[in-house]
Amino acid sequence: MQVHQQVSEHSDAIDLMVNMGPQHPSTHGVFRLVIWVDGERIVKVEPHIGYLHRGSEKICESEQYNQIVTLFDRLDYVGNLNSELAFCLAVEKLTETAVPERAEYIRVILCELNRIASHMLFYGVYGLDAGATTPMLYGFRERERVQELFESVTGARMMHNYIRIGGVKEDVPDDFHKNVLALLDHLKGGVDECDSLLSQNEMFLARTKGVGIINGEDALDYGVTGPALRASGVIEDVRVTDPYSIYDRFDFGIPVGSNGDCWDRYYVRVEEMRESIKIVEQAISNIPKGEISAKVRRIIRPPAGEVFVRTESPRGDLGVFLVSDGSDKPYRVKVRPPSFANLQALEHMLEDTYIADAVLVLGSIDIIMGEVDR
Amino acid sequence: MKIHSPVVGFMNGLMVTIRSTLRRPVTAEYPAVEKRLALSNRYMGFPALTWDYDVEEPYCTGCMVCVRECPTQCMSAQMKDNPKHEKDLSRRRKIIESFEINLGRCILCGICVDVCNFDAIEMSHEYELSKYQRNANRVGLNQLLDMGVAYQNKLGWTPKQPQKNSGVPLPPKQSEDSS
Ligand code: SF4
Ligand code: SF4
Repeated sequence: MQVHQQVSEHSDAIDLMVNMGPQHPSTHGVFRLVIWVDGERIVKVEPHIGYLHRGSEKICESEQYNQIVTLFDRLDYVGNLNSELAFCLAVEKLTETAVPERAEYIRVILCELNRIASHMLFYGVYGLDAGATTPMLYGFRERERVQELFESVTGARMMHNYIRIGGVKEDVPDDFHKNVLALLDHLKGGVDECDSLLSQNEMFLARTKGVGIINGEDALDYGVTGPALRASGVIEDVRVTDPYSIYDRFDFGIPVGSNGDCWDRYYVRVEEMRESIKIVEQAISNIPKGEISAKVRRIIRPPAGEVFVRTESPRGDLGVFLVSDGSDKPYRVKVRPPSFANLQALEHMLEDTYIADAVLVLGSIDIIMGEVDR
Repeated sequence: MKIHSPVVGFMNGLMVTIRSTLRRPVTAEYPAVEKRLALSNRYMGFPALTWDYDVEEPYCTGCMVCVRECPTQCMSAQMKDNPKHEKDLSRRRKIIESFEINLGRCILCGICVDVCNFDAIEMSHEYELSKYQRNANRVGLNQLLDMGVAYQNKLGWTPKQPQKNSGVPLPPKQSEDSS
């Protein structure tokens, strides 16, 4: 940590400028936060991003459509399947491809399990951010079970490249149905266990209740989406308000918080895991037989035009804007990553908090730097 | 949120810990071979070339489709005339001469497997990459075939389109496989 001294504009006291990151264990990636403090209080923060910039959007312009799916895997590397889905939906909308029912169900099941895995990762590292080591072990244990299922279906634990334009890569293995049911059983117990381990712990409550507050209006103004927005009491979930794929067929709730503080942002995610389990349960009991992919050419040439789709990734509203000029490579791909917009609200959330809470507030919006920097 | 007296939440957490203490450990210890996690059948490790036991040659004809479709451009291939075809020992007119994959660049996407028309490439179960030299991950034809054969034997692999892709010459039978 570097420390600079400078005379403050705010008071007679001397503000300290503290550099948090770019390599700091709690920044969840490579992220630098410059904090001006007056004693223990934060006066001002300035996020610096770009350390993980790989130029993904530009690379997309020189890759064929089916190759781009691999790049989307690497945007939100904790919710890979959700990012893959967003891109495939965009291309399908542009080419007007109808995806077979079975593929839609497989997609929804895997995406919701992916959401659980992502929230479990959040749960684990958030405990760590708050200074509790134990939750990490529980969170990772539950996530591992989901990853195991992913490996048996997609062949990879993280970079799946499984959701393809027009459907999915291959049909699920024979024991998929059985495995998912067993996994759901495990997860139900696992979520409850995780919940009782940390959520009501007095020390955790003392650290997170009333810290990093943002109200619903401000959150909307900053473009915050996903669990971070719902924690502020705004009922907004793309799966419900603007359903994509087959989400309109399922019956599930949107957990909302009331205070918009760190604890609410944390607990909304715990509740969301329970809702995701409900979705998977309904999907697995209704999954039809049939094709798993529409007929698409190996080299896809969508008609010239542009399209925008939004999906609900584990972190919020993930949008993909795609412009095609009719060739086999897109003219422009623009990603609207939820983490990037959520990160903008950090400055607001950190106003007038203690420096010790900076890590907690940053952790509570659950950013993935691969998605912020692209 | 429920109202709790000051230590209830803490005690709840402690109960979870105590319960977990009595459970058998589930941790897999990676480097030890017998303690690793088992791979599922679909596991995608590094790509490898398969071997046609019927005619004792690779399935790969060096058609370069995978080379063109690879998103990271990490492969290169060269074809040659198949000497066995001249002697009527194989149906394959062309055969792979040299093949190289830079495994350090490969992202394990599986696109090469999808596009290959000859069942010649498969995602093997090989995943350990560490090498002492920077370019030691550029593997050639022989190594790729070794990886492929190990995979074939482990899983009892058979081609997805056996009739189309078998190398056994068709018209005047006389094949008698030499395996
Ligand atoms: S692996 Fe398949 S696609 Fe690649 S060169 Fe060989 S035959 Fe062609
Ligand atoms: S797995 Fe993907 S990156 Fe690796 S060689 Fe095949 S196509 Fe290229």
